[in-house]
Amino acid sequence: MTDAAWETLSNQAIGAAGVVYFIALLVTLAEWASLRQVATTEPAVAGAGAAGEAGGVAVATRQGPEGGDDATARRTDFLGRLGVLLTVLACAAHLVALLGRGMAADPNRVPWGNMYEFTISGTFVVTLIYLVLMRRYALQWMAPLVLTFVTATLMVAVIWLHDEVAPLTEALNSYWLVIHVVSAVIATGAFTVAGLLSIVYLVKLRRGGDAAARPGSRVPPLAVLDRVSYRIHAFAFPVWTFAVLITGPIWAHEAWSRYWNWDPKEVWAFITWVVYAAYLHARATAGWKGRNAAILACVGMATLWFNFIGINYFSSTSQHSYAGAEAPAAVADVVPGGPSGSAGG
Amino acid sequence: MTDVRERPAAGPGAGDRRPGELGARELGRWTWRQLTSMRTALVLLLLLALAAVPGSVVPQEGVDALAVSRWKADHPTLAPVYERLGLFSVYDSAWFSAIYLLLMVSLVGCIIPRTLVYARAMRAQPPAAPRNLSRLPDHRSYRTDLDADEVLDRARAALRGRRYRLRRDQDGAVSAEKGYLREAGNLLFHVSLLVVLAGFAWGSLFGYQGGVIVLQGGTFVNTAAAYDDLDPGSQFGPEDFDPFDFTVDDFDITWLTSGPAYGTAREFSAALRYRESPGAPERTYDLRVNHPLTVDSTDVFLIGHGYAPVITVRDGRGEVVYDGPTVFLPQDQTFLSYGVVKAPSAQPGQIGLDGVLFPTFEMNADGDPVTVFPSPENPLVSMNVWTGDLGLDDGVAQSVYVLDTDAATPVEGPDGRQLRIDLRPGETEQLPDGLGSVTFEGVQPWVRVQVSKTPGKELALAGVVLALVGLLGSLFIRPRRIWVRAVPVAAAPAGAGPDGDDVGADGDQVGGTMVEVGVLDRSGGADLTDVLDEIVADLRTAAGRPTEEETA
Ligand code: HEM
Repeated sequence: MTDAAWETLSNQAIGAAGVVYFIALLVTLAEWASLRQVATTEPAVAGAGAAGEAGGVAVATRQGPEGGDDATARRTDFLGRLGVLLTVLACAAHLVALLGRGMAADPNRVPWGNMYEFTISGTFVVTLIYLVLMRRYALQWMAPLVLTFVTATLMVAVIWLHDEVAPLTEALNSYWLVIHVVSAVIATGAFTVAGLLSIVYLVKLRRGGDAAARPGSRVPPLAVLDRVSYRIHAFAFPVWTFAVLITGPIWAHEAWSRYWNWDPKEVWAFITWVVYAAYLHARATAGWKGRNAAILACVGMATLWFNFIGINYFSSTSQHSYAGAEAPAAVADVVPGGPSGSAGG
Repeated sequence: MTDVRERPAAGPGAGDRRPGELGARELGRWTWRQLTSMRTALVLLLLLALAAVPGSVVPQEGVDALAVSRWKADHPTLAPVYERLGLFSVYDSAWFSAIYLLLMVSLVGCIIPRTLVYARAMRAQPPAAPRNLSRLPDHRSYRTDLDADEVLDRARAALRGRRYRLRRDQDGAVSAEKGYLREAGNLLFHVSLLVVLAGFAWGSLFGYQGGVIVLQGGTFVNTAAAYDDLDPGSQFGPEDFDPFDFTVDDFDITWLTSGPAYGTAREFSAALRYRESPGAPERTYDLRVNHPLTVDSTDVFLIGHGYAPVITVRDGRGEVVYDGPTVFLPQDQTFLSYGVVKAPSAQPGQIGLDGVLFPTFEMNADGDPVTVFPSPENPLVSMNVWTGDLGLDDGVAQSVYVLDTDAATPVEGPDGRQLRIDLRPGETEQLPDGLGSVTFEGVQPWVRVQVSKTPGKELALAGVVLALVGLLGSLFIRPRRIWVRAVPVAAAPAGAGPDGDDVGADGDQVGGTMVEVGVLDRSGGADLTDVLDEIVADLRTAAGRPTEEETA
């Protein structure tokens, strides 16, 4: 296959992934709607039973909806499974798109050369982490959230961030890129899933917590949300530490001679790290458990994504300038009174 | 887990303090306790995150001095205020340092008592089984036909097999604990933070950072005077420079001539000849981005490149008053470069030139001069000519990249506007009024290298790696206590049974044993059902074969 063909394949695959994610989202929404139906028919049945004067009537009204419930349950189950299947398919197409980007470059490379590629990799990892953890932590209920996030971010990537395939800029051309970016992207994906859980936690708390939960609601109890969110954060934090405080500085040292230069991207990675450290502390501090910790998790996610996308657009001084065109390889400082290479007369 | 605020309060003097009196010692102790509390650590962490923000918005002295001066020029009213607040060098400002130093003090105040507590806990035995295991949130009880000793023996074997530490000399129950390393991991993590800070501080005190532009063919000798810009740590002296030198023999670039990244460069490489010290044998090194050269404990990095037009200026007498490659600074990725030439000794008047180099010159459709490719395929310099006072005589140091035209006079061209001379390689232009002539000989590339010595970087790295190891231990080792109690049913006093959990109607049956298992996860928030299931399964299964006929 030629490079151009790989690039076309990648573009088509990302389109396909987007469409399938969207269909999966619709299916999971239908699943939710159908669940709600189950939940709302039940009180109605009880009401009918109580209102019926004669036992026979009550039994009759009871019969109908119960048969219906069974069908609804089957439908819900089917929709649920279809949703997972579609998500897996979309994720596979997403992977093809990533591989295509890498194969389209000459020489072949990892698909992390610009914002577009970082974003499609980040969203891929969000989906992947969701799929991997779905069984283990019973996360299927959050499918609409994850799918909305992924579909929306992919749309942003394709519409605004898309860039043609180009070889890596010199500074990115290092095996540290692979290690650094893989770990940063994995941590970003995991933090995102965990952050979504914290948002759900806060929303649920606001709505009155477990007591006020709608019957049949699939959102787990607050304690479970908190615990699962913590577990995923606890996984992501060391990975993030590895990415931004170990591999990042090593690579920065090789490329720019300073392992830590307070570059805006570094500053925000550090801020993100400190916020997540605060989150972990908050969970162990009386008075900060639960709600405040969840708020910190959301702040952490905000700083994370701001750093991921925002810094590249708002900061002109960052050396991590893969957002726009490549910065000039060197603009030397103007040095008052310094000697220069010119031989003055 | 070990919340520092749980430490036993008040020392010996607590009893004889009169009410209402808060002596200096108490105040000190109170302050210390506040400072080292977990809540304070949390608040300080958040403050640290917040305090780091301005440094990513306002240009920083240590990162981009040029941007700082530009910013100051653009905001004349705000600049002094920002200056006073230290916003141009946030990360060494007093307030930023105050926050992290407080955090470090808090950290030390936190680590020391916790280490002592931990040392004691390491030697202590697992605590005896609580009287009422069914009070634990995670517990299970069942009746078995095995006798109590047999159950407890199995419990000991099973728990030891799972690497629990067991309490000795306990009758009727087994107490086990594991996961001691969690706290060790936590302590290691926090101590390592101090190590990282020490490494970082060492590097910034005893190291330095310098940048220099070296022409192709030029030589660099590592002394303070050779640098264009130098940023030494406060403890770094001139005698600490490693005595090496190097010559840039050649500089190669591959330009992309097709594809979306057209006109950008790949594979910069500078061929160096270097000597570790004046007398040492000469060696060669291919300096590339991401591949620094290390000499002694100094690293040399290639971080940029550009062009130096070779310009010769003759004055009115025909004497050469300026001659040589002049470093022009790239303005953007097209490598359109800006530079100046100063010939103060020229007669009858000083000659100053400022202008740009177009690496590949072309007139575009609108008749504007542009450069269409960043390598010097068709170079052209285009410079304004000045004469008069170039401001070089008053002894004030001037940048070689800036022409001071405040007191200078523009030289008039034939059209009455300032004279602008456009030259291609080999061309010479005569200046009017018998000032002299300017010749553009050709273009010579230069490279910008960054030289740095960062002692303590290995220490900092070791610190972060240890911190990560500690962190993993601290997050994933689960400290756990398990108690197993076995009581012959007949012997159990009425009512002391485990609130009738699984005893049911046959609780009065004689000859069996009531087994209770309780689990406590000291890190909180864990789901312990699996752990309980496994332990109970172990107790009911000896050597792999199920022994129990009974259901729970
Ligand atoms: C330099 C600033 C600090 C950073 C970056 C930091 C970071 C962290 C992190 C990431 C954790 C989670 C890992 C774990 O659960 O063991 C943690 C836990 C902990 N930190 Fe810190 N810490 C700092 C300062 C402090 C200070 C000053 C104290 C004492 C007041 C402290 C006390 C603790 C305690 C007790 C835990 C255990 C919490 C638990 O078991 O869940 N830390 N710290």
